[in-house]
Formats: sequence, structure tokens, C-alpha cells
Amino acid sequence: MRRSTAALDFNPAQRFLRAASSVLWRRPRLAATALLAPPMLWFVLIYLAALGILFLSAFWTVDDFTGEIVHRWTLVNFETLATSETYRAIAGRTLGIAALVTLTDIVLAFPCAYFMARIAGPRLRATLFVVMLLPIWLSYIARVYAWRLILAHDGVLNWTLHALGLPAADIGYTNTAMWLVFSYIWLPFMITPIYAAIERVPGSLFEASADLGAKGLRTFTKVTLPLVVPGIIAGSIFTFSLTMGDYITPILIGGPGSSFIGNVVYSNVGIANDIPFAAAFATIPAVVMVLYLAAARRLGAFEMM
Amino acid sequence: MESTLTKWLLGIWTALVIVFLFVPIAIIVIYAFNPSNIQSWPIPGLSLQWFPAAWHNREIRQALWLSIKAALLATTISVVLGTAAAFAVHRFRFFGRDAVSFIVVLPIALPGVLTGIALNSFFGFWHVGLSYWTIVIGHATFCIVIVYNNVIARLRRISGSLREASMDLGADAFSTFRRITLPMLSTALISGGLLAFALSLDEVIVTTFTAGAQNTLPLWIFGAIRLGQRLPEVNVVVTVVMLATLVPVILAYRLMNRAPADTGK
Repeated sequence: MRRSTAALDFNPAQRFLRAASSVLWRRPRLAATALLAPPMLWFVLIYLAALGILFLSAFWTVDDFTGEIVHRWTLVNFETLATSETYRAIAGRTLGIAALVTLTDIVLAFPCAYFMARIAGPRLRATLFVVMLLPIWLSYIARVYAWRLILAHDGVLNWTLHALGLPAADIGYTNTAMWLVFSYIWLPFMITPIYAAIERVPGSLFEASADLGAKGLRTFTKVTLPLVVPGIIAGSIFTFSLTMGDYITPILIGGPGSSFIGNVVYSNVGIANDIPFAAAFATIPAVVMVLYLAAARRLGAFEMM
Repeated sequence: MESTLTKWLLGIWTALVIVFLFVPIAIIVIYAFNPSNIQSWPIPGLSLQWFPAAWHNREIRQALWLSIKAALLATTISVVLGTAAAFAVHRFRFFGRDAVSFIVVLPIALPGVLTGIALNSFFGFWHVGLSYWTIVIGHATFCIVIVYNNVIARLRRISGSLREASMDLGADAFSTFRRITLPMLSTALISGGLLAFALSLDEVIVTTFTAGAQNTLPLWIFGAIRLGQRLPEVNVVVTVVMLATLVPVILAYRLMNRAPADTGK
């Protein structure tokens, strides 16, 4: 038996839906608003409002006596940051290691992305894609913890070095360890956007370059690399930002002198209960990322994400 | 074109990177079977004794349950809001369209600690106590982008002609959505949801600032590692969670790349 979906529906709910849908169909602006309002209200009322309050609170202080936030405009938090040698060193370490990790991941990821996009066949490419991205979804904290086991004094690394007759490496709980672990953890975030960028370069461009007499290296520097820059920038947004905002890896892998901006923020929110100061320190990564995102957008990196 | 040597070198490099990516994961799995509670290498033998020990730990079970509950609700919210945003951006041209895609990406593009402390000070400002609900709000905020990206990628691949054909045959917008668009979109929704679920289950940085005194599973693991306590159980929990996440994630990748035509039935 066939059921009509058209004029024979007398069910009031269906009639209502039909009437509503034709109104929305004729008035796309209304439809767009209906679709956009819930997600945008979520972001504006919760996320952007939260960021707004955070930035306001950077200009507030905490009453030493009561521990309550005093809502009075002051620059004292920023003065503390600007004059303190310790906090400058922490900010410098955070930005420096984030930059180093980004460079390392570009070097590690580029050949992989190139292999996947231009050399591997469709089946191998699909498999590699899943394999390379799988670690992103496998417990972050577990993967950091694995490195603790590897780098420990009687861990896997030293055992392997000993078996090879090499001297032990004591890099556990140092900045070197943090660099290594961050590069490991965020590497998959660099592979995808570079892959997406290389895949978009039409094969004919490589052929044209070869026809015009360019050798592999020249094609690479003059054709491939410039076209892949947006992908590299897109990847660097993640590696840089994720490193800059972390405090777990510095706590678990870093040593006593390995604090990041995130650690200061974390201890000021959790233990010292000085949210205004934490907020002021957090403006550094925020400002850096906003500038970075603005630049990345102009370079077309957003289409590669 | 690339020479054979270049191809080989690139292939070897790729293989080495895969080894680099998976060796630490393999090592964690091996440690889960460590009969000793001393974490040194190589492990002295193989044992399953820590699996029941971890299962009988009440704290672990409570943390796991809280994580699952939070992930389920955060996933639901992000599927609804992420899909709505993707539809609006895909189908309509309006002022601020770019801004929408920018705002949606922001919670994962900005450092996590910033999202965490912002939500923490927001809840503090409104005197909202940290609870299950604040965890869910935090997770949903950064999960939305996962669903959004999945759905918008699929919408770009679905051709508009099927929708137009449906309307030409007399279906209204709602029936067209229910019978044409939704079935073609379903695998993208499911894969986006699965990935959002996996992300929420694993999140620790934002959660620290929105969970208060409660423990989600990653927070419990973090605390235990930090204090150096219950490490044999940590090895087991971490291994089980990783292997359990493998299933939805691989499923999600399979669904993600399925052509809409296969799923239209």
C-alpha cells in the first residue's frame, strides 16, 4: 500500500511542519537565523563571555585577607609580570619550546605528508591516514606517561642504549625531554594539514615544472614548498598553541625548572586562588595566538584545517 | 617527478615516523601486564593480576562513569549545535559567515589552559558551583568543532540536485530533510559524534578547571601518576581505555570517507 506524502496528510503535526517548512523555505533569512541562533548563543553567552570576563579579571586583584576578587581596575598584575625575572623566563621557555616543537614537527611531518599525498596509492594512503591520525584520539595522558616510562633512569631508552654498548642518557625531567614529548604528542596535528595542502597541488604543475627543465629539488623549492606553506601554517597553529597551553607535560616530564605559562596559571587557579594574576599571565598566549591566527588567516591556512 | 631513490627515502621516513608514533603506545600496553609494581624495563614476566585490581577500585569506576556520562551529554549537545552551524554556513550566504567558522574553531585553536581558566572564572563570576554540568559545558564547547567539520565536509560533497528533485516531486523542506538530506548525512553525524565522544573522554586540560573536586578518568590518571601511586593500575586503565577508544575512532574514520551514494539507501 502506498502512502501519500503530499496533500492527504491531515495529521495536525504534519500540517504544522509543512506550513512551517514552506515559511522557512520562502524566507531563507529566517531559516538561517533559526539554525544559527542555538550554536551562536552557546558561543557568545558561554565561550566569548567567559573569555571577556577572563580579560576583565586580569585587571582585577585578589584581597589578600578575604581571598575574594576585588573588582577594581588596576595594572598591578601586569606590573608583577613585567618586572619579574622568573615570569619572563617562564614565558620565554614556553614560547621557545613551542617554536622548537613546531619546527621539529614540520621536519618530521613533511616527508610523510608528501609520501602519502604523492607516492602512496589510494589504499595505502587511506591506511596511512588512519594510522598517522590514530594517536590523536588515543589517550593524551597515557602517551605522555609512556615517555616517563621510556625516559626513566631504568627505563626503555637506557636499557636499549646499554644493549647497544652506548652510555646512558639521562634526559628525563629536563627541557630536552619536554621538547621530545611535545614533538611526539602533536606530530599528527602537523601531518594532516600539510597532506591536505600537498594533495591540493594539481599534478599538472609538477609536470609543467619538469617539462620546463626543473630538476626535483628546484621543483620542490619553487613549486611545492610555496604552495604548501598554508598547510604548514595551519599545522603550526595546533603544534604551537597546544604546546603553549599545556601544563601536564611540564609537570609529568619536565624537571623542577621546567615550568610553563600553563603551570603558573594552573597553580594560581587551583592552589593560590589568584585568578586575576593567572588571567593576566594567560593573556600572553592569548595575544600571541590571536596575532598568529590573524596572520594565518591572511595566508590562507584556514582552508587547510 | 620523484626518482625511485626519493620515493624509497620518503617511504622509509614515513615508516620510521609510524614506529616513533606507536612504540610508546606499545610500551604502555606491555607495562599493563607487568607482574611487579616497580616500573623498570624490561618487565620481569607477564601477569594479568592488575586487571581485576583496577576493576575493583571504586575510585576508578566512579571516574570512568563520570567520564562516560559527561562525554555522552557533551556529544549530544555538540552534534545538535555543530550540525546546525554547519547547515547555516553551508547553505546560506550572510554577513559574518566567516566569523562563524572562526568562532567555532577558536576553542581548539586557542591554548586549552585559556579555555579552561576562562570557563573557570566565568562560573566563578556567576557563582555557579563546579559540577557534572560545568564539565559538560566545557567539553561541548570544544567538541562542537569536531562535528561541525565533519558535517560541513559532507555537505560540500552532497550535490544539491537530489534535494531539488525531491522538492520538485512535491516534498516539503522537512520531508526532504528527513528522507534525503539526513540519510546522506547520517554517517558524517555518527563519525563526528564518535570523535567528539573520544575527545571528551580523553580531555584533561579544560576539565581540570571545570570539574572542581570531581575526578574524570583522565584526571584520576593524572593525579595517580603525579603522586606516583597505583601505577600498576594506571598502566591497566590507560591500556584498556586506549584499546576501547580504538573501536569508535576506527569506525568513525570508516564512516567519514564513505561516499554519500552508498548511504543514501
